[in-house]
Amino acid sequence: MAGWAWIGVLAAWLATGGGARAAEPIRIGEFNSYTSFAAFTIPYRNGWQLAVEEINRAGGVLGRQLEVISRDDGGKPADAITVANELVAKERVVLLAGTLLSHVGLAVSDFAKQHKVIFIAAEPLTDTIAWSQGNRYTFRLRPGTYVQAAMLAEEAAKLPAKRWVTVAPNYEYGKSAVAAFRELLQKRRPDVAFVAEQWPALGKIDAGATVQALELAAPEAIFNVTFGADLTKFVLEGKLRDLFKGREVVSILGGEPEWIDPLKDQAPERWIVTGYPWYALDTPAHGTFRKAYEAKFNDYPRLGSMVGYVTFKMIAQAIAAANSTETEKVITALRGLKMETPIGPITMRAADHQTTMGTYVGRLTVKDGMPRMIDWRFGDGTTYLPSEADARAMRPAD
Amino acid sequence: MSFFVSQVLTGLAGAATLFLVASGLSLIFGVTRIVNFAHGSLYMLGAYLAYLAVAFLRPRIGIEIGFWLGIVVGALAVGLIGVVLERAVLRRLYRASELFQLLATFAIALVVQDLALAAFGPEDLLGPPAPGFSGAVRIMGRAVPEYDLFLMVLGPLVLIGLTLLLRRTRWGILVRAATEDREMTAALGVNQSWLFTGVFFLGATLAGLGGALQLPRQPANLGMDMAIVVEAFVVTVVGGMGSIAGAFVAAILIGQLHAFGILAFPNITIVLLFLFMAAVLIVRPWGLFGQPPSRGRRAPAPAGPLIRPLEKRARLATLGLVAVLLAAPALVGAYYQAMLTEILIFALFAASLQLLTGIGGMVSFGHAAYFGLGAYGAALSVKLLALPMAAALWMGPLLATLGAMLFGWFCVRLAGVYLAMLTLAFAQICFAIAFQWYGVTGGDNGLLGIWPSAWAASPGRYYYLVLGLAGLGIWGLRQSVHAPFGYGLRAGRDAPQRAEASGIDLRRQQWLAFVLAGAAAGLAGGLHAFFKGSVFPDTAGIALSVDGLVMMLLGGIETLSGPLVGALLYKALHIFIVSQTDYWRLILGGIILALVTAFPHGVVGYLAGAWRRPTWRRPSWRWPTWRSR
Amino acid sequence: MTLLAVRALARAFGGVRAVDGVDFDVAAGRLTALIGPNGAGKTTCFNLLNGQLRPDAGSVSLDGQELVGRAPRTIARLGVGRTFQIAATFASMDVRENVQVALLAHRRQITRLWGQARGSHAGDADRLLEQVGLADQKDRPAGVLAYGDVKRLELAMALAGEPRLLLMDEPTAGMAPAERAGLMRLISAIVRERGLGVLFTEHDMDVVFRAADNILVMDRGRLIAEGPPEAVRANPTVRAVYLGGE
Repeated sequence: MAGWAWIGVLAAWLATGGGARAAEPIRIGEFNSYTSFAAFTIPYRNGWQLAVEEINRAGGVLGRQLEVISRDDGGKPADAITVANELVAKERVVLLAGTLLSHVGLAVSDFAKQHKVIFIAAEPLTDTIAWSQGNRYTFRLRPGTYVQAAMLAEEAAKLPAKRWVTVAPNYEYGKSAVAAFRELLQKRRPDVAFVAEQWPALGKIDAGATVQALELAAPEAIFNVTFGADLTKFVLEGKLRDLFKGREVVSILGGEPEWIDPLKDQAPERWIVTGYPWYALDTPAHGTFRKAYEAKFNDYPRLGSMVGYVTFKMIAQAIAAANSTETEKVITALRGLKMETPIGPITMRAADHQTTMGTYVGRLTVKDGMPRMIDWRFGDGTTYLPSEADARAMRPAD
Repeated sequence: MSFFVSQVLTGLAGAATLFLVASGLSLIFGVTRIVNFAHGSLYMLGAYLAYLAVAFLRPRIGIEIGFWLGIVVGALAVGLIGVVLERAVLRRLYRASELFQLLATFAIALVVQDLALAAFGPEDLLGPPAPGFSGAVRIMGRAVPEYDLFLMVLGPLVLIGLTLLLRRTRWGILVRAATEDREMTAALGVNQSWLFTGVFFLGATLAGLGGALQLPRQPANLGMDMAIVVEAFVVTVVGGMGSIAGAFVAAILIGQLHAFGILAFPNITIVLLFLFMAAVLIVRPWGLFGQPPSRGRRAPAPAGPLIRPLEKRARLATLGLVAVLLAAPALVGAYYQAMLTEILIFALFAASLQLLTGIGGMVSFGHAAYFGLGAYGAALSVKLLALPMAAALWMGPLLATLGAMLFGWFCVRLAGVYLAMLTLAFAQICFAIAFQWYGVTGGDNGLLGIWPSAWAASPGRYYYLVLGLAGLGIWGLRQSVHAPFGYGLRAGRDAPQRAEASGIDLRRQQWLAFVLAGAAAGLAGGLHAFFKGSVFPDTAGIALSVDGLVMMLLGGIETLSGPLVGALLYKALHIFIVSQTDYWRLILGGIILALVTAFPHGVVGYLAGAWRRPTWRRPSWRWPTWRSR
Repeated sequence: MTLLAVRALARAFGGVRAVDGVDFDVAAGRLTALIGPNGAGKTTCFNLLNGQLRPDAGSVSLDGQELVGRAPRTIARLGVGRTFQIAATFASMDVRENVQVALLAHRRQITRLWGQARGSHAGDADRLLEQVGLADQKDRPAGVLAYGDVKRLELAMALAGEPRLLLMDEPTAGMAPAERAGLMRLISAIVRERGLGVLFTEHDMDVVFRAADNILVMDRGRLIAEGPPEAVRANPTVRAVYLGGE
């Protein structure tokens, strides 16, 4: 399918680019973990391919077509740096975009700083990329663990539960999500205690043993950060062993289709999750996006699809606003940039290079054999992000 | 107490799966002496194929029988895939060295990963619950999944079945005879070819069954292969390669280690596993139930090519190459300077591995350990000691040397595939420490901001620094090969008994090779850290160890210039493939397979053979010489 | 003059007594043959003498120095040279390099990281090769030599260690009859010239009775006869268990 998508893009490019061939295309360097985390990144790629097609069909940017040089980062930071270097030094791209895994994003962010090239970190969730290790060349699009955790903590604080346990993959994303959730929940509820934690290695959870170990702590509620096959195993074992019976479970990103759909009708009920209820969003903006996506790929959009789509729309808008592809001018344009997205307007904050994109929080249920979010509400990033002044204070000086 | 019991049961359920996979691995090793890195891929295929079979059969012949028949169909289909692999690829490798076998099966694993992605798509596929075992029962007040109990019973049943098969059938007795003495079986006039194929079918079916039985517990996914294969190795090695009972006991031990390890040390589960394996190998080199490999009666090693100082023509060519490298920054831009820098670093790495494996005959499957120690040594001395680059660059090799002294001391006491497994264990310990010691190493985040000092910051200047240091390292390694030390090392590879009888302390010679190779690999690691501006656990990972082996193999394992050419070709190829396609694993795997099956002497070996082919030379299509002692 | 004294040497493998309380001496300047039917324990005995196997009991002393418990390379350095039943040379080196390695090892220079091995002790190596008649083949790879030449090369390598005692396990196995006689003449000459002791095993009785000064006969792990060739030939026990069959 990926191959067909490529041919589609190529065809579209040929069809529309014929007239504009005189003007050299604007080259964008793009990479993500397309082979090692394909389930999460292929929808992302579909998303940006849709955006690029729309942009180029409408005449491109500054009268030039967008040309995307796409690479696989193998899910490894070292490979990502090799690829970034190739894109910058050899392919002469004007900026870099992409990445999913937090540690890969951080490594590329450091590269961007060293080589003074813009990096749009589309999907990494760690907040260090915007705050404690932020730099003037890195911009992060998606709401990070802090915003997600803040929305979940708000819901969790309403629960009677006092004894909490956590389970999270033992790397940057898991660590930062647990840290943020603990801090934010305890701020709202000083009477809450975290009584046990489990840190299975990513992709290597020993689900039965982990479930038992959590149960041993006799918790009243559970905060989960595992995802992918780990999450599926954890859910299956937890259900069988009654870990979730009579306990509240809060699961970050648990409502995002790429996270939860593989569980199908075995998805857990009543979990409090952040996510993307694409099936229930009936705004015209989202409707247009969904229709175009479904028409092009014959598949429903995942959250990554939406993020990929917005990322490239933002790049186009920033270059147009800068009226140039020069790094400093594009940075200036990106700072404070306001744009419309399928899930509402967002702003790229000048203070911390973080968008105000929000997310949805609700409870999980199973409908027609598929996991669905119910009782959801949208939380705007502006409400949950630290103030721009506070955020600036967390960042090192440029 | 009830918790203790249920944790034991959990460990046992995990052990059953491990046993299914590891017993197949052990069986295959016992008879064919091939360490099948692709065994995890067979396990993964088992899960996918069973998913498809179950999905197809359930609506047609009923939920219950459809499920169980689907599992069996999936497992048998994997058995057939195993047969295809054996007849198409592996049978060409029975006479090859461990190195070629490990690389070939690793390549198969790479190919299968991409084929599975293409065939089954990226999303996880979760099967239905097992009919009849979908609930949980209460044992001492705690819920235990019925399916866990099913697996717990199945494990011993499979053990009994295999034992009966091996002891009570003619086929089984032949398999056991082949495990104990291959030549004897050949002498008995047994059709070895079909015996081996049969063993592969059985081993692959067991792996496929292990994977198929995961369906109710976890989704079929593309990470299953690597997740299980390393652990299955550990089980097989700990139990004793070739021993089914050993695999059973070891699987139970590892299962319990997991179940209780996560309670005591939730953060260092991976380190524990490999510490355990290294400890067993050190105390009992052939595992708990293993037999030392039978000695003697091995065909004498055929001749390898002579190693000679460069002839005049080659010397001129080398000088010319150095001149070109010195002039390179004036000729090419920053990107190609960076590429050359990386190639030089890996040339040093591959050359250091060549000393150990090519010259010393010790197959290291964990050479990345020293690269990683070098990289972290350099990076940590910047981060913790605030050393400038000039000083930090020495700390990398220093740490790597210390590591090589320690690891090498244990490794030289083993030989052949056991040595390879111990090097793997040590490398995995280094990897796991880097990966899980979050506070110091940054875990997966690695250490960032390790950029060169201002005087070497530009790509051109850093290139010259690397050219100087890597060049010095490579020259030093070459010199050591021409020196008495290198001859003594090679003597030990060619004829260990003769070497000892001549008064060579072989262990000391080999240990020294570990130290030298470790130091050089550490230097490469340190240079790499400043080149990338960062270090990550991957610098000690299996993939890098394999990269080094492939570079060495690509260039030619028996020639001194092989690794240098190999590093150049491999890096250039890799960058090219990655920029052309997402299916780079498929292509890389294909290249490795082509190399080991068709060009075992590598590019330089091939060219040298085609170029001169002197009359006294043996026909050049022989396997590289050294094998396990 | 007794060079090697073996007393009550014993070694069993899982209940089978391969060597079962053997006593004998080997004198300097003479060739001593160790013979016996297949499985008599000759090779085991050899491996016990040069340290490749550890005896269960007994002592082995070279000029009064105890060898039991020492590693093969230490025993080699004390002056015990060895050639193997299946000749072993360093196949990836040429003939002269093989001898050079043996010389470097003997002179404790084999761990040196500097210098060129090919340039070390070339003269001494050439002299040894001259002595065993391989001078014209010194540049050929050891791996392509004819089998008889491999045996000669091994002899040169063993001599490089300046042994006082040479253990040779079937020195002429696999050679043509004419070659055998030549090699044994060569060995005899070296023994007389250097005054070293040789203990060898051999299947070819012609070779044994022509070359040996003294013969030891083993059967089922025990020494059943010992003496000069004529005495052994006449010994009725030997004739019964060993020669009788031929």
